[in-house]
Amino acid sequence: MEAHLSLLVRAIFVENLALSFFLGMCTFLAVSKKIETAIGLGTAVTVVQTITVPANNLILNGFLKEGALDWIGLNGVDLTFVGLICYIGVIAAMVQILEMALDKFYPPLYHALGIFLPLITVNCAILGGSLFMVERDYSFAESVTYGVGSGVGWALAITAIAGVREKLKYSDIPPGLRGLGIAFIITGLMSLGFMSFSGIQL
Amino acid sequence: MASAGTKVLLDPLVDNNPIMLQSLGICSALAVTARMDTAFTMCIALTSVTAFSNLFISMIRQGVPPAIRIIVQMTIIASLVIVVDQILKAFAYEISKMLSVFVGLIITNCIVMGRAEAYAMSNPPWPSFLDGVGNGLGYSALLMTVAFFRELFGSGSLFGITLLDKVTDGGWYVPNGLMLLPPSAFFLIGLMIWAVRIWKPAQVEKAEYQIQDAHSPTARPVAA
Repeated sequence: MEAHLSLLVRAIFVENLALSFFLGMCTFLAVSKKIETAIGLGTAVTVVQTITVPANNLILNGFLKEGALDWIGLNGVDLTFVGLICYIGVIAAMVQILEMALDKFYPPLYHALGIFLPLITVNCAILGGSLFMVERDYSFAESVTYGVGSGVGWALAITAIAGVREKLKYSDIPPGLRGLGIAFIITGLMSLGFMSFSGIQL
Repeated sequence: MASAGTKVLLDPLVDNNPIMLQSLGICSALAVTARMDTAFTMCIALTSVTAFSNLFISMIRQGVPPAIRIIVQMTIIASLVIVVDQILKAFAYEISKMLSVFVGLIITNCIVMGRAEAYAMSNPPWPSFLDGVGNGLGYSALLMTVAFFRELFGSGSLFGITLLDKVTDGGWYVPNGLMLLPPSAFFLIGLMIWAVRIWKPAQVEKAEYQIQDAHSPTARPVAA
């Protein structure tokens, strides 16, 4: 249990996907002008991350790893090299299924998250989460924790920067820095802030 | 034709840089720039993937139904990335270890997807190929500049060759540790955007609110 708590804290704060691995930056900078939309996107990323990281873990251990296909007589077949195409396929399919399920069963949530879901397929944070899971060889339970943690961490980062940018539009910024330039500098400052979490061990 | 081709190739370098103007493909751009050799490998990988995905997508663009085009593009891009990943693992294993997940993340790099969708789907193969190379080079130009500053000031070397003798090795240069940490990449890109926009004022974004000097007696009309 403690190991999972430690993994969760590490995924949210210390190894924040957005601020220390720069993942999902495109959407991070494009959709962070208003707090409400940022929260919407953050929630969508958390939900999708929680589903896709464990799903890809099952795919990896059930089909791709060396020896995983022994039960149908393919001894010692190692399919990890087609991993990339499987993970992105799983992510695209999961997003599609989630979209349809939400539309059918929770229409209000669908209307709140709907426009963000297609964006998420090409969000590097989602694929990055799965790839880190593969690289660090997490077990299924760990992958669930990591999925939740990394999603929450990303949501936290985008909400925080949306708050800063909402205030910032009233300030007098040098012309060349307006918009994208200042967004980068602020992200840098936030990333410095998040670095103070490093070294925390539970 | 030659001039049109050159324009397609060179336009994305400064005038329409994918990172600085469209804020595309930043995800992987920052993580690999602490050293020049990793950044250089990443640039070659991304440029070839963008160029060839544009080429192939443009070749089959008339046969793909619009409803499933995204998944077709994804499949082509993912296959190309797998090829690049395998080549790197075979010939440059050390660097591929350092790049870790970021080679895989070329799949979701918005530049690749964005150029496929915006250019290759509506243009013939050869210009699409040039457009892919051009955008790859635009990305590379920015990446190499950031990597140059980060490696030079962070570890006193370029491509692993020591230029500034570090204090720890008996030299005079005290390395700036911040340069090796993630935030410095954000600062450097922010400053580069500023520099380019001073050079090319047409790229400056409009302010959302204009500050007006309403209460002082010498209030001036706002300059446009």
